[in-house]
Amino acid sequence: MDNTIGDPAVILCDQVVRSYPMGDAVVHAVRGIDLTIARGEFAAITGPSGCGKSTLLHLLGAVDVPSTGRVLINGCDIATLSDREATNFRLRQIGFVFQRFYLMPTLSAAENVELPLAEAGVDKKIRRARAQELLGYVGLGDRRGHRPTQLSGGEQQRVAIARALANEPALLLADEPTGELDADTGASLLALFGQLHRDGATLVFVTHDSVVAQAAHRVIRLRDGRVASDTLNAPSGA
Amino acid sequence: MRFTLAFATLRRHPVRTLLAILGIAVAAALLLDMVMLSTGMRTSFRALLLTRGYQLRVAPKGTLPFDSEATIDGATAIVAALRASPQISAVSPTLGTTLSLPESAIPSAFVLGLEPDVQGDYTLEAGTDLAPVDGDVVSAVVSRTFLERSGHALGDTILAAAGLDAQLRSAARERKVVLTGMGRFFYVPNETPVMALALPTVRSMLGPGFRDRMSLAMAEVRQGDSASVEAARAWIAETQPRVTAISTETAIRQVEERLSYFRQLAFVLGAISLGIGFLLVTTLVTLSVNERRGEIAVLRAIGTQRGGVLQQVLLEGLMLSGAGIVGGLGLGLITARWLNAILSDFPGLPASFDFFVWSPEAAWQSLALLLVSGTLAGLLPAWRAASLPIARALREEAIG
Repeated sequence: MDNTIGDPAVILCDQVVRSYPMGDAVVHAVRGIDLTIARGEFAAITGPSGCGKSTLLHLLGAVDVPSTGRVLINGCDIATLSDREATNFRLRQIGFVFQRFYLMPTLSAAENVELPLAEAGVDKKIRRARAQELLGYVGLGDRRGHRPTQLSGGEQQRVAIARALANEPALLLADEPTGELDADTGASLLALFGQLHRDGATLVFVTHDSVVAQAAHRVIRLRDGRVASDTLNAPSGA
Repeated sequence: MRFTLAFATLRRHPVRTLLAILGIAVAAALLLDMVMLSTGMRTSFRALLLTRGYQLRVAPKGTLPFDSEATIDGATAIVAALRASPQISAVSPTLGTTLSLPESAIPSAFVLGLEPDVQGDYTLEAGTDLAPVDGDVVSAVVSRTFLERSGHALGDTILAAAGLDAQLRSAARERKVVLTGMGRFFYVPNETPVMALALPTVRSMLGPGFRDRMSLAMAEVRQGDSASVEAARAWIAETQPRVTAISTETAIRQVEERLSYFRQLAFVLGAISLGIGFLLVTTLVTLSVNERRGEIAVLRAIGTQRGGVLQQVLLEGLMLSGAGIVGGLGLGLITARWLNAILSDFPGLPASFDFFVWSPEAAWQSLALLLVSGTLAGLLPAWRAASLPIARALREEAIG
């Protein structure tokens, strides 16, 4: 696989359009977005419901491809990847955190963190050690054997973050990561994102909550599938 | 990890999983029973015919053994000719008839006149075997049914009569018989009271017309292979015009023709049970996949290949089928024994005949068939899961 074109930006969107059919209608979710996010940035994509935030995040995460335009992640044009290559790309380059956590309910916290490592073919012993290390990093070192149902929402989201970090991705993407959490838990999670950023991660998260968006260093506001504003921010609390 | 995840997924809905496994177990048991039924009758009949190693039955011309009351005249010469043949190692003549039992609780019994040293009709279970004729009293081996229904015990002496005139209440010939042994008779139905006597005794009781008659002779061919048996059968057919010689294989073919509807029934029911197992696995795995669209989309998003999802879902189907098959094996064996006991009580069936016979090869074949069917059943939902459009599934989950 050689899809790199040597762009130093982690994310580069070039006139990205994404439309998809919904029933008889066609939804124009993203309508020509140009965007560059550099390595180490901490960005929030915000806007009202239906403005194309999640669709853009899916494009940045290589789970979707643009209808027209290009999305380059670490210089790799995601539209040129086969399904196998895109999956492998996600496994090694992208970490996903979802609003509803989506941990495997039948696996323990540690096993959930081990999942991407197992997919990457990492040896069992190394997997276990890495899972323990990551759970320690997100503050759940003593909860490795607990199943998701035995953890609070905030703890589950921390496990999801540990899972996302398992293969040391170039980019961490989060879709409404505080959406299911109360304000205090949400704040502590944003603090964890701040810590991740300070440790060198490139983070992009989507939120409809403009207050939550203030935790990021850069706030990209979408409206009707386009970038309405793109501002640098003095982060609060992170 | 995939095994752990598949196992954990099944454990997530224990009641549903258990019910599905039970359903598959019932289907597997039915399939196993049908395979045992379709192959068992043949196996059992073959074993029955070869109980004492006699591969040929010699019956009156144009009849099957004990299919009519016809007898073979000139029995002594025929038996002597057969015994003189280098191809044949043993011959057992039999004369079957019904004798009255004037002083017993049962009016009559089916009687086999045999030569004790070569007889192939029963195995002794208690007491002593037929003894040579000694004076007026002769010995007899009887069946358990005979003892139960007549109320006699071993050691009793009873009266057996031939040519009984019911109105005059007088018999042409009577003999005192001492019941010396109890035997298990291979070819006589369970419910029939049966008594074995020495062949000369039966002949003398039936009168001068039966002095040189037999109903049947069984012959053991020295070389047991089918070509040698067929050669011996052809030789008998050529040299003995008054008899029909039937080999075990021919007899089995004839019985199979008569019981072909059993095999058809077993085939249809077996196919239905296979279909039920298939549908059960497909339904449950499809249901499970539909419930986990979000989870599967997330698995794909975090880097699980399509092949991994496919394997994962197939493994779930395979584990369900595997557990069901293990349960089905036990259940099938239990129900086979139960059904065999019921069917074996049908009137007119030889006591040693079984409908369901355990054959490891047939059993493993049928269970392997079910396992393959279970795997195939998981293929469609597995393919659907693997082909899930990730972004759309995530979008729908977010809305839902």
